[in-house]
Amino acid sequence: MKLETHQMTKRYGGFLALDGASFQTSDDARVVALLGPSGGGKSTMLRVLGGLLLPDSGEVLVDDQPLPKDPEAALQTLRRNGFVFQGYNLFPHLSALQNIVLPLRVVHGLEESEATARAIELLTRLGLAEHRRKRPAELSGGQQQRAAIARALASKPSLLLLDEPTSALDPVMTGEVLDVVRELAESGQQIVLATHEISFARRVADWVVFLAQGRVEESCPAEQFFNQPTSKLAQQYLTGLSRYR
Amino acid sequence: MPSSSTLTRFLWSVALLAAVSLSVYAMFAQVHYTWNWAPTLAYGPQFFWGWLTTLGLSFGAMVVSIVVGFALMIGRRSPWIPVQLFCTGVVELLRGSPLLVQLLVGYYILATALRIGEPLLVGMVLLGCFEGAYLAEIFRGAVESIGASQREAARAVGFDAVQTYRYVIIPQAVRRALPGTTGQMVSLIKDSSLLSVIGIEELVQKVRLLNSSSYTALEGYLPLAVAYLIVTLPLSWYARKLERRFAYET
Repeated sequence: MKLETHQMTKRYGGFLALDGASFQTSDDARVVALLGPSGGGKSTMLRVLGGLLLPDSGEVLVDDQPLPKDPEAALQTLRRNGFVFQGYNLFPHLSALQNIVLPLRVVHGLEESEATARAIELLTRLGLAEHRRKRPAELSGGQQQRAAIARALASKPSLLLLDEPTSALDPVMTGEVLDVVRELAESGQQIVLATHEISFARRVADWVVFLAQGRVEESCPAEQFFNQPTSKLAQQYLTGLSRYR
Repeated sequence: MPSSSTLTRFLWSVALLAAVSLSVYAMFAQVHYTWNWAPTLAYGPQFFWGWLTTLGLSFGAMVVSIVVGFALMIGRRSPWIPVQLFCTGVVELLRGSPLLVQLLVGYYILATALRIGEPLLVGMVLLGCFEGAYLAEIFRGAVESIGASQREAARAVGFDAVQTYRYVIIPQAVRRALPGTTGQMVSLIKDSSLLSVIGIEELVQKVRLLNSSSYTALEGYLPLAVAYLIVTLPLSWYARKLERRFAYET
């Protein structure tokens, strides 16, 4: 896939989350990592790329197709993608299984039996089959995040967007979740990943977009970014992160 | 066999009930009240009809109040400014003015102007609107307490606005609105007594008639209190049962 943005801005009240952010990946980028300091615009960029958020100005192109700018058409784009959030954001009143079945049935028009079969297949693949009747509060953080990944994968999304999926997890659970993401990446799923897990990004990403203060400071193949970052901010960021690991 | 905590609660309830009954008895003994139950017993069927009227009226008004409350809540959250202002105004007006005035103006002016001469129907709608204004705020509080992350997750899985309400917000908001709604329903049943001002012979009006014809007082009012409790207590009990059914950790 090819991702491209031109002069994108997004404002939350007085805060400028994206300030003329532009980048372009190669035509065959499969796993794109959004890196950079907190508050730099990663989450906002990820939401805009997936169609969850409309930018105030600027353009987004996915495989050379511009994303629609009105909310109704954006919803159609959105429905082709899958999202995973830092805080899992499962629906607390539904079981793990229902969390996956409901959107399949209501949004994608699958029959109950078909949706259930698809959900069970995914939960089994992510090691959650025996927990399928549990509500989110009865699951550990790692299990919740895996259920959230299953929900995002259920509709066979063309693009899976993960927003710091391990930031709320302890190291063991982080490992559980990253294993899943790595397997997905290796199986050919197209992924956009915002993360602070540098060594993981280094392992799975083939393209890196480095954001700071709402601007794209660097956009290049992952190998080049990790070996010879050109921008000063990226160099400082990488040194800072690798100090204790 | 009941568990020990159920047994403990039962024994405490009996003990407290006995203590309260004894105090009430002592109080009446002190004021030397002379009981005269004969007129009340003779009035039994009338009393029962009044009770049924109150019951039917309240039930109808509950349905109206929930519909009105939901509509006003949605209206107050509408992105369309005139709708928002109108619904806010209606809520403030209905909550801020006495039900008595609303009933008098609603029945003798509004309903007369519209040529609706059915006091039961008009009373049901007026009472429903009054309580609906309170429900609107209870519902709004519950809906607004569902966090932005849930709305975002709903959008992310592809729900449109209506689906988001139906599948994500309302199921979670219902649980948060239940305790307040139950209280409002109990209020509604008791407020229905005011409908006598537009000529509806509900329970309180029947008791007034009894008292004025037979010079009794408490012999009418005590059964009246019991008749209300027979409806309100099961309502509270049922609401608690519902709350447990909707209970889940967040």
